[in-house]
Amino acid sequence: MALLEISNLTVDFATYTGSLRAVDGINLSVDEREILAIVGESGSGKSVAMLALMGLLPWTAKVSADSMLFDGQDLLSMNDKQRRKIIGKDISMIFQEPMTSLNPCFTVGYQITEVLSHHFGGSRRSYNNRAIELLHQVGIPAAETRLNAYPHQLSGGMCQRVMIAMMIACQPKLLIADEPTTALDVTIQAQILELLIELQQSHGMALILITHDMAVVAETAEQVIVLYAGQQVEQRSVKELFKSPQHPYSEALLNALPERAQGKLLNPIPGVVPGQMDRPKGCLFNPRCSYAQELCRQQPPELQDGILCHYPLVAPKPDLDVRTQ
Amino acid sequence: MFRFLINRLMLLVPVFIGVTVVSFGFIRVLPGDPVEILAGERGVSAEKRAEILANLGLDKPIWQQYFSYLSDVLHGDLGVSVKTNRPVVEEFFELFPATAELAICAIIFALIIGVPAGIIAALKRGTKIDQGIMGISLIGYSMPIFWWGLLLIILFSNTLNLTPVSGRLSFFFDVDPVTGFMLIDTLLSDEKGSFLNALHHLVLPTVVLGTIPLAVIARQTRSAMLEVLSEDYVRTARAKGLSTFRVVTIHALRNAMITVVTVIGLMVAILLSGAILTETIFGWPGIGKWIIFSIFARDYYAVQGGLLLIAITIMTVNLIVDLLYGFINPRILHQKNKS
Repeated sequence: MALLEISNLTVDFATYTGSLRAVDGINLSVDEREILAIVGESGSGKSVAMLALMGLLPWTAKVSADSMLFDGQDLLSMNDKQRRKIIGKDISMIFQEPMTSLNPCFTVGYQITEVLSHHFGGSRRSYNNRAIELLHQVGIPAAETRLNAYPHQLSGGMCQRVMIAMMIACQPKLLIADEPTTALDVTIQAQILELLIELQQSHGMALILITHDMAVVAETAEQVIVLYAGQQVEQRSVKELFKSPQHPYSEALLNALPERAQGKLLNPIPGVVPGQMDRPKGCLFNPRCSYAQELCRQQPPELQDGILCHYPLVAPKPDLDVRTQ
Repeated sequence: MFRFLINRLMLLVPVFIGVTVVSFGFIRVLPGDPVEILAGERGVSAEKRAEILANLGLDKPIWQQYFSYLSDVLHGDLGVSVKTNRPVVEEFFELFPATAELAICAIIFALIIGVPAGIIAALKRGTKIDQGIMGISLIGYSMPIFWWGLLLIILFSNTLNLTPVSGRLSFFFDVDPVTGFMLIDTLLSDEKGSFLNALHHLVLPTVVLGTIPLAVIARQTRSAMLEVLSEDYVRTARAKGLSTFRVVTIHALRNAMITVVTVIGLMVAILLSGAILTETIFGWPGIGKWIIFSIFARDYYAVQGGLLLIAITIMTVNLIVDLLYGFINPRILHQKNKS
């Protein structure tokens, strides 16, 4: 049985101008010790879907799903109190902005020991040694003295390491990393990713990695889900996706990679993700899709074999140059 | 920290000089002659008047008066009250505890009700509860103090007969003034029931004086909380699985307290000016009432000395508030040291 199984997850936000569907029918399953990547542009609903799983969305959000099972427990039927026993202990999450994600008023030690004493009982002070051990694990030098440091005394990379230490403190079964390297320098990015993979293996955690960086996906994940405008357009193993993407959007994302640039120009995807007001008729990707047909403009596609497309690309790809279409 | 303190103290020097000018000038700008008022309806002859003015040092040119006043102040001498012939400092500190006690009780009352009300309004934003709390606080803020005081006296003292109308303690009790704080003095004395009696006397003035700070604190807490609750670190705290109560009272409130503490600092001025009205309504023997009577009597030395001491009190409290920031949020101290 999979560790996490979500089917048909939908998130709607109530706004002044009506309801906004941020996540539209996502299915995913993660096995123990598996790394799943979720990719997509900004605004494609990657973070919202995971925040919905954590129960961290603001009150304007309405979450619904056919099922949401974690480790055999139904997260949907739980009340907040029961869910809080799992959140931070068995499922934990690290965020995009390490500098603002730590509370400026409390020391690093306080924030790490707090989560331990909350889930396992006992005084915070009794976990001081465990906190030092955790800081060592995430590669923070002079961990004993760092315990009394405030977040503003640490660099962004250090803060993200502290975040990771805090979130693996209770040995979670599943760690969700929401663009953990976006706010960091390129050199630090690689270090943090390496650290995450290392910890995932040594702790035997499952890892969901939210990213918009295809290179990160290629290096780390086994399975990948491609999201577009809240919809899951393709779900494949990473190897297969990179070899022969079946959804035009996946292909366009891959073609946008610098390595695949032709000459000096990158291959961007024209246009932007549709918002609340400009949702197209038919397939949501059709205005930006170089293969779009009349059917794509009229009728929304249905999910077939994990692909949300009327005309999935077949391997080998049709001999078409995306840019000349 | 030390440098920050020194910088702040240096800033107080110009403020202090400004305050001496204003407190010295204010009473002299008011129409009315101190000697005529002293003499009362019978009047006074021109020679006698000149003699009294010379005795008080009020016959010299105004700039000379100011500099001799400034020099006296720097030597710790605020002059002698014309009305009572006692040193101003002595009179002030005799009455100050009564005002301080009232002001402290009022700010505690405002905090105990205002902070939770603001938090609840923020958590329930947009609902009837939020609108209700904010509506009531707006009414409280707009309520003139003397009118509010009279309404409460009519309801609780006259109609329901629950609280005394005025004073600090019923005259059936004989309590030695040790600290000047009636609640502490009654606890120290062996007069049975005197503490409860003092508490009884304190309720209405506290409510009246605390209403405006309460309204301001509730509104400020709400807006500070709304801002803090949308911060990333609050989401992190929730991601740890902490209860909403803990997230709000530990993680969010500590950050929101910066705003609230600032408001408390600003409130001291409002409390002391509000105390003038409140003390007059409730016959409370404090600084507010004393300064009103000194102004009526054109008691130059008492007024300028009293205003100066009140201003120093306000400056001191605001200095303490500035220092408190650093304890609440260490990052602020860090930034201040850098600059």
